[in-house]
Amino acid sequence: MNAIQYEAPGSVEDAVALLAQANGEARVLAGGTDLLVQMRAGLVRPGLIVDVKKIFDMTLIAPDDGGFRIGAATCGERIGANNSLRAAWPGVVEAAKLIGSTQIQSRATIGGNLCNASPAADSVPAIIAAGGTCTVAGPDGRRDVAAGDIATGPGQTSLGKGEMVVDIRLPARPPRSGSAYLRFIPRTEMDIAVVGAGVCLSLDEGGVCTAARVTLGAVAPKVLVVEAAADALIGTPVDETALQALAAAASAACEPIDDIRGTVEFRTKVAGVLARRAAGIALERAGSN
Amino acid sequence: MAKQHVSTLINGEPAEFLCDTEQTLLDVLRDELLLTGTKEGCSSGDCGACSVIFDGQLVCACLVLAVEVEGRAVKTVEGLAHGDRLHPLQQRFLEAAALQCGFCTPGFLVAAKVLLDRNNNPTESEVRYWLAGNLCRCTGYDKIVRAVMDVAADIRRA
Repeated sequence: MNAIQYEAPGSVEDAVALLAQANGEARVLAGGTDLLVQMRAGLVRPGLIVDVKKIFDMTLIAPDDGGFRIGAATCGERIGANNSLRAAWPGVVEAAKLIGSTQIQSRATIGGNLCNASPAADSVPAIIAAGGTCTVAGPDGRRDVAAGDIATGPGQTSLGKGEMVVDIRLPARPPRSGSAYLRFIPRTEMDIAVVGAGVCLSLDEGGVCTAARVTLGAVAPKVLVVEAAADALIGTPVDETALQALAAAASAACEPIDDIRGTVEFRTKVAGVLARRAAGIALERAGSN
Repeated sequence: MAKQHVSTLINGEPAEFLCDTEQTLLDVLRDELLLTGTKEGCSSGDCGACSVIFDGQLVCACLVLAVEVEGRAVKTVEGLAHGDRLHPLQQRFLEAAALQCGFCTPGFLVAAKVLLDRNNNPTESEVRYWLAGNLCRCTGYDKIVRAVMDVAADIRRA
């Protein structure tokens, strides 16, 4: 068996060059909480591992045009410790903080969560609800990609050879806006989402919803953006009638699988319940800023 | 590619080893450096038995490549005691019987140390959430949580 080459470049350009020139399978190592498990299980055996944690920009959270630029190799703990990010985008921060144990929080990264492309990834519905975009760097330079367009299915991404996600950018939060993420797991900690729901909504000065995004995780091969659920809120004061319509639209959008963690019927129902509760929290947050 | 040479600090002492890329920090601690206090449970980051402190962060050694510790600092359960003097957490775990088979104990000790270094006045909920990534199949956790709370109280009194 050939030895695995390990590189820890100091710049995005060097990392991309290494990935682009690799002969066999090349993998980006960020937190390693998925990659090392997959290697140990014999699911992947890359010829090259490119550790991106030495790339300074990729582990930073920085202001960006009124919003935030989160380096793809930023771990959950650091995201949770950033008070201005938490104040602006609580839905994204609470989702990132839900991932794994204290030990995992020290390592697992937001870019890794996105690029591992698990349908149940907690941070992804929250990022998409927040309108997040990614910078993808590759041999042909950099391009902007909507966060929802990275994963294409379980374990599959739209990234080409030599490409990697450098950062995730969250826009400036519009006034009177709130975000929230909720997931269902059968215990209080340390589990994978059976259903996840992200909501972001904005109100006008009279308290009428002017914009909304509703996303669902773990109920389809990739995160669902449920426009019908958002439409149920827009133009309303997010009252009981609107929330009921949102829940119905969220449930109707689900295409889940039956597995050990939940049945189709259960996931479909819970998606509506969680979307509704997340909308309630987002509404409360929108009213307080 | 030949084995890679790694220089690091383990429990404050310079250490060097040779490893393959796919070897984890856990593999090297146990098999190359013979620091077998760090236990291998699941090797997938679920059980916390291999918890170590990596540049001040609590991590599972099974989820860190050994090559990543080049030029960095690692603390293991072997670094908790000062000579024959046990760390207060070790002493309290013994006195309070906060272990039965003992396999998970090094991981709990290391995880609890990082918590108390950051917060010497945690609530019971905070202790339980902090230690949620450490599994014990014997004690049911109550004695462990109480021992950590007791040591926190001792630190506050000291």
